[in-house]
Amino acid sequence: MDLSYTPEEEDFRARLREWLAKALPGLPPKPKPEDWPGRRAYDLGWQRMLYDAGYADVHWDASPTVRLIFLEETEKAGAPYVGANFVGLLHAGPTIAAEGSEEQRARWLAPILRGDEVWCQGFSEPGAGSDLAALRTRAWRDGDDYVVSGSKIWTSHAEVADWCELLVRTDPQAPKHRGITWLAMPMNAPGVTVRPLRTLAGSAEFAEVFLDEVRVPVANRVGAENDGWRVTMVTLSFERGTAFVGEVVACRRVLGDLARVAYRNGTWDDPVLRRRLGRLNAEFRALWRLTQWNVSEAEGKGVPGVGGSVFKLRYSHARQELYDAAAEVLGPDALDLDRPWALDRLSSLSYTIAAGTSQIQRNIVAERILGLPKGR
Amino acid sequence: MRFQLTEDQRSLRDGMRGLLARRFDGEALRAAVGTPGALDRGLWRELGAAGFFALRLPEADGGVGLGLPEAVLVFEEAGRALLTGPLVATHLAAADVPGAAAGEAVVARVDGGLVEWLAEADTVTGDASGAVALRSVDPLTPLHRVPAAASDPASDPVAVLLTAAEQLGTATRACELAVQHARTREQFGQPIGAFQAVKHLCAEMLVRAETARAAVYAAAVTADTVDIAAARLLADEAAVRGARDCLQVYGGMGFTWEAEVHLHLKRAWVRAQRGGGNTESEELLAVELLK
Repeated sequence: MDLSYTPEEEDFRARLREWLAKALPGLPPKPKPEDWPGRRAYDLGWQRMLYDAGYADVHWDASPTVRLIFLEETEKAGAPYVGANFVGLLHAGPTIAAEGSEEQRARWLAPILRGDEVWCQGFSEPGAGSDLAALRTRAWRDGDDYVVSGSKIWTSHAEVADWCELLVRTDPQAPKHRGITWLAMPMNAPGVTVRPLRTLAGSAEFAEVFLDEVRVPVANRVGAENDGWRVTMVTLSFERGTAFVGEVVACRRVLGDLARVAYRNGTWDDPVLRRRLGRLNAEFRALWRLTQWNVSEAEGKGVPGVGGSVFKLRYSHARQELYDAAAEVLGPDALDLDRPWALDRLSSLSYTIAAGTSQIQRNIVAERILGLPKGR
Repeated sequence: MRFQLTEDQRSLRDGMRGLLARRFDGEALRAAVGTPGALDRGLWRELGAAGFFALRLPEADGGVGLGLPEAVLVFEEAGRALLTGPLVATHLAAADVPGAAAGEAVVARVDGGLVEWLAEADTVTGDASGAVALRSVDPLTPLHRVPAAASDPASDPVAVLLTAAEQLGTATRACELAVQHARTREQFGQPIGAFQAVKHLCAEMLVRAETARAAVYAAAVTADTVDIAAARLLADEAAVRGARDCLQVYGGMGFTWEAEVHLHLKRAWVRAQRGGGNTESEELLAVELLK
């Protein structure tokens, strides 16, 4: 058990810190949340800066530990989030790298790394959430094209994406996991309609995407026809690796800020609240250690271990606890959306739902890790 | 960074698990319950010979020369097996009390207003004058209450960490027992583990145990008092709630004297009382946020 970093890793950290200190003051002003073209330009600009500095492919080629250091240091320095580059860097890109042909890798990977193109994800559907394999968006062959009709939901950055990694049903007769195909769909194709989806936080962070006989070239298929489920699972295992490193660092900072606010506004004198904050400190320290444990395990095996589901279950709940505690510290101010943390409290509600609800994660843990039988 | 067990650490853990499986199996456990207050001195000497107490003493002093991470691993195994006796107190006294390192002496310790195993002890750390025997909730841990005025030795972070390691062992064992039971016990024509309500109890037990494991192992590496306080809170929660959920999964059997589940819960309660309960750790962690 060793928590120290190698000289090479420490060197990477030092050089990254130095670069961040120089690069971040040169960033343009942050765009407003509702300014989608502005957000696209800002996020792509940041990715271009990473590319020019040699950090663009840290998510793909670096060791898990180097990735952990990258995410930790960029968060601590207040660097921009991955934002519009998320699907390209962490879902579609890795999938194409693992399963795409040489032509496909040449066409799509470099623009993602350079910050030229934005990808979005067309997986979930109104009738296919936790049960993703029940998706019904149909695609049938017509010459050198697939013709696609159906609808997708929970698509981030759909308004400004160039490409969509799309799951479609190509064989409705096959068992549900075996009739699915993975396509790269150009978002400017005729028949694609994007409708913003307003969340309970009041903002439109997601969209619905309606597909009406959209033609997608067969050449845009990654993997074999009807093999899309397996192709997709490669992507999902990426998501559960180091996905929350930056967030845990951020939560620990918020907790410190929260304690100082409590100290100033007098709520600190309430021992019940104070000890609640102490417990949250233990919680997020443990989550950081669990991250290091999982990263070390991935380092040894080359793939993330089963710890991803364990981490997600604990973290999503802890994040909600953190912002509930913030509300207790703030009192009436917690109801003012212009105050810090009020919106974070609202968005924290998605954590036990997105990327597999806590209930589905518990089934996964029970069946795949503990070996309990599947129910009837 | 390589925050995983090394080969040597795995061997040490497996060795201790093997020793306890041979010398303190289910039958020995039931025998111990049948003879409350009696400590198996033969087993105590075997633990001494295996280096359980001398683990962290330098080799030059006849010790094993290992560190806190290794100590945490063997204490986790002790917790897992429900091993009896003042293990933490004797381990801590290895350098100072003659015979403690070799398992020739049994050392008790005043901690949190209580002394475990006072009547069996050859030596006591702290002031146990005026100690009064309790009817202990845990049939495998005789307890004495010490008057509040008596001096509690300052809360020792290593004692807190080794206790957390024992709690981690209990959390892991409780999850294993619950899963074994859920896979074999049938109701409504299927193993109860096929029902999501039972599955989710088991999954949460694992989540608590694995989160606590990361915290306990990391605290063993850093030996930092704040890390230790965090490890202790997580491990207490994982052990106490894990044992309770295990009891729930066992259903009616869990409420019997015969099933070993209640012994895990009662021991977890006793250990959670050490080091002044959770309050001190929570306050330490709260204050650290302001730094």
